[in-house]
Amino acid sequence: MAKIKLKRAQPHVDMTPMVDLFSLLLTFFMLTASFRPQEAKVIDSPSSVSEKATPDKDVISVLVSSDDKVFFSMDNGSDTSAHFRTKLITEINDLYRLKLTEKEITKFGQGSSFGMPMKSLKAFLNEEDANKKEAMQVGIPMDTVGDQYPELGIWVAYARELNPLAEVAINGDANANYKTVKKVMDVMQAGGVNKFNLVTNLQKEEAKPEDLK
Amino acid sequence: MAEIIENTGSGKKKGGRRAPKRMGAHIDMTPMVDLMCLLITFFMLTTAFSKPKVMEITMPEKDTDKEETEGPKVDAQRTYSILLSEDDRVFWYHHGAVPKDQTFPESITETDFSKDGLRKILLQKNEKVFTEIYELKEKVKKGELVLIEDSLNAQIKRIKKSDKKSPIILIKADEKTKYRSIVNVVDEMAICNIANYAIVDIAPEEVALIEKTPKK
Repeated sequence: MAKIKLKRAQPHVDMTPMVDLFSLLLTFFMLTASFRPQEAKVIDSPSSVSEKATPDKDVISVLVSSDDKVFFSMDNGSDTSAHFRTKLITEINDLYRLKLTEKEITKFGQGSSFGMPMKSLKAFLNEEDANKKEAMQVGIPMDTVGDQYPELGIWVAYARELNPLAEVAINGDANANYKTVKKVMDVMQAGGVNKFNLVTNLQKEEAKPEDLK
Repeated sequence: MAEIIENTGSGKKKGGRRAPKRMGAHIDMTPMVDLMCLLITFFMLTTAFSKPKVMEITMPEKDTDKEETEGPKVDAQRTYSILLSEDDRVFWYHHGAVPKDQTFPESITETDFSKDGLRKILLQKNEKVFTEIYELKEKVKKGELVLIEDSLNAQIKRIKKSDKKSPIILIKADEKTKYRSIVNVVDEMAICNIANYAIVDIAPEEVALIEKTPKK
């Protein structure tokens, strides 16, 4: 009987279909991805039936966290070369003498929402430690000091001046106090903003004639 | 494992003729698959599928100059107030035929955010507009009526405006109200197709009325 020479088989799985599938999935996810913007605080939005999508560009958003801190954020606009954030901070820097360096201004331009008084902005931008950064975010002051405008009002006013197309979105946590949200609205109304977009989650609900009875 | 079999005969050796080796070129795809897995996971986790929606509200303009401006004349018979307080409590009262100065009722009725609570009350007050819009929407749904979204919205708007007896809702929230209550109420206005509503400041008398009402 002939000896069968056992072939040392190197098992290999044909991975081509898998790779094909993966490529497809990857392409799909890459194309559909719209990244969640990094927010300063996790906001649990209340739900509503509204189906109007949040505009992704030209928004001035004010976050109200569950512990009633207020954060401000502005995007760079639909024309990214406009660099609204950088312009905004440059203007505020000049006006309120924050003594920010070029580097800090660039850093601000790339950041997202922030919530601290103007005077601690410089320290915040230089802080590397995430925990300390978090502790610095005490919210933007909304009180009128002397004859000064509340800081939130200043930010919104300059942001609106730079980008007149911008809409104001209020992203409030479901558990935030209405008092804070009201104050935010009051500050904005003093600046001439009367239309607000409240950010909510979609939850379909419909009233039927049966509900009448 | 699959791997690239390197051709030992490199280009330098020009002299030696070699029979071209037949080889099934298979490339080791494992690292690529690894990387892809990682990327897919990353994208899956960072993608925000359900984009947040926005609810538009327009606040009544503030009188910046203290000048006493005559507000729009509102039929008190049509006006209802919804009061909000902590722990998602909701109250409502009918203004009734109040002549000029605002007077407050003796007591207010407590309700809740359920289907049989606030929604029922609002629907009953707004029955005509609601049924008209509902029938219109049903017709579009069933295909009896072909309308593009814009003209449907325009029609809904017209229906809302046409009823001169539809309720006018004033939403008032006290200091302890949570933000979600306000959103809930405004949402309820959208569900019930209320044409006229506004968020206004609460009067101290109304706060007292809320306090007077015993907790359920």
